[in-house]
Amino acid sequence: MRNVYLDNNATTPMAKEVIELIQDNVELYGNASSMHRSGRDADTAVEWAREQVASLLNCDKKGIVFTSGASEANNFVFLTFRDLIDEGYKRNRIITTTIEHPCIEETSQYLISRGYKVDFLSVDRTGKISLKELEEKLGDDVALVSIMTGNNEVGTIEPIKEACALAHKAGALFHTDATQAIGKIEVDVKDWDVDYVSMSAHKFYGPKGVGALYHRPGVPLRPLIHGGHQESGFRAGTYNTLAIAGMGEAARLAKLNLKEEAEYLWKLREKLRKGIEERIPNVVINGHPTDCLPGTLDVSFPCAEGESILLYLDMEGIQVSTGSACATGSLEPSYVLLACGVDVEIAHGSIRFSLGRENTEEDIDYVLEKLPPIIKRVRMMSTRKEQNNG
Amino acid sequence: MANSFMSQWVYTDTVKEHFMNPRNLWQDGEDFEADGIGEVGSLACGDQMRVGIKVVDGKIQDLRWLTYGCASAIASTSMMSEMAIGMTLEEAYHLTPTMIMDELGGLPEHKFHCSVLGDKALRAAIDDYLEKQGMPNPYKNKVAKVMCECKNVTDVQIEELVKAGKVHSFEELQELTGVSTVCGKCKNKIKEELEELLHIYSK
Ligand code: FES
Repeated sequence: MRNVYLDNNATTPMAKEVIELIQDNVELYGNASSMHRSGRDADTAVEWAREQVASLLNCDKKGIVFTSGASEANNFVFLTFRDLIDEGYKRNRIITTTIEHPCIEETSQYLISRGYKVDFLSVDRTGKISLKELEEKLGDDVALVSIMTGNNEVGTIEPIKEACALAHKAGALFHTDATQAIGKIEVDVKDWDVDYVSMSAHKFYGPKGVGALYHRPGVPLRPLIHGGHQESGFRAGTYNTLAIAGMGEAARLAKLNLKEEAEYLWKLREKLRKGIEERIPNVVINGHPTDCLPGTLDVSFPCAEGESILLYLDMEGIQVSTGSACATGSLEPSYVLLACGVDVEIAHGSIRFSLGRENTEEDIDYVLEKLPPIIKRVRMMSTRKEQNNG
Repeated sequence: MANSFMSQWVYTDTVKEHFMNPRNLWQDGEDFEADGIGEVGSLACGDQMRVGIKVVDGKIQDLRWLTYGCASAIASTSMMSEMAIGMTLEEAYHLTPTMIMDELGGLPEHKFHCSVLGDKALRAAIDDYLEKQGMPNPYKNKVAKVMCECKNVTDVQIEELVKAGKVHSFEELQELTGVSTVCGKCKNKIKEELEELLHIYSK
């Protein structure tokens, strides 16, 4: 059976070159903190990787702190501000959005439960924040503004440069979780002038369990893991040399192919979108029509429930994800879609296709052949078919 | 690609089989004159179920169903339909979610309410049938389980209150029935049950 992996926003397969680099260096056992030769070899790998990541982001490599991934990087920033506020920092409010990844959403709730002040920016039907609302919410008590670059679920790209400028004007620092955007669109730290950026290697064909936080040298950062001098004392723990080197290679490749890949993915994405709209009646495209991560397509099929669609597609070798509650074990469907003002039922029937560099035109043709009968079948079983004029 | 860890499907083989080949589905345009129809669930929870039954000589002669729901909802209802056909109304009324789940070889814990829906829809269809026939409903109170011993309040009573939209919270339920106001040992059990019911019947 054909295997069509369309869940690249969940994770990507490692690039061939990344696998090779890791395999070639699997015997690189030195501790990158040691002064002797095997230590220096490992350190060379780590520093090489740091350069690649800095080059991809167009930032000062001294600002890169390797972490276990983006969840850690995001916690790093939020917990730094918790510490700052505890220390009596003159500003004590954080602004973020309603559509951040759970590692920010839930960290915010955790902070709120302990008495810290966090405000949330709403988004419109396309998943965009409003700069006007940001301006209104900003004040001289705001310490940090955190807005994701591109949303993992609907793909909407936020106006980071503009939002960052507003935050700076009000004297606040700015963080963006660029996990989904890196490797897909240009993330330019210098041009955007952002203070903190989170990322994760496995979203751009690198290994799992490794990521990084960029922080503008000099901005506040408090150690997340105490007990070692690694990463300038910000993040203790022996370097995961191979994973970091793999991330470096993934960053190098991402920079090399960024433009072509983005164009290619958008072409496939649009082919899929048009094909679905032509072949299936009554569909709703979620997210922003143009300001969207090139490989992301979130579609709702009213009167059809997402988990059923996902599993019927899985039987055909097509792997996607859904915003339906059923698939997650919670009772609520995707909070991102609900935050966009999408109807509960539409949210339950949402399917996210996230394309990657390994996908082909034939993959899309295959999906366009298999998907319509599945939707028809699920709708036929549905108590909701009266509402469905398709 | 090399992979030495082969996965199992998310649910049991029986669930998979019923999901792929659902039995007794209410086909479009099918000429099925139901003697009783029951519908439960809500779109808020992403599950809604409709069951239609044909009754001959006090037995379920045939059954059709539709669901807006996930794989385990589809499989549970399909399995329920196979079990219910041929049963007397009394037997059918005593079908429990656990019986359906057992036949399916189990469901993950968070999917339990999917099988609850199938069995509730079946009972609702029987209720509807009896009502349409102008017949008394001898089963309803028989299957009722006492939830609060001190106040003698049953699950059926609680369900009726939720269905009628009279109860939206535990506090409202306490006000109306006095549950958990005496010894209090029933509190957690009732809260759980109520949450499930509110979930199923919320609009
Ligand atoms: S059993 Fe309910 S109050 Fe005692």
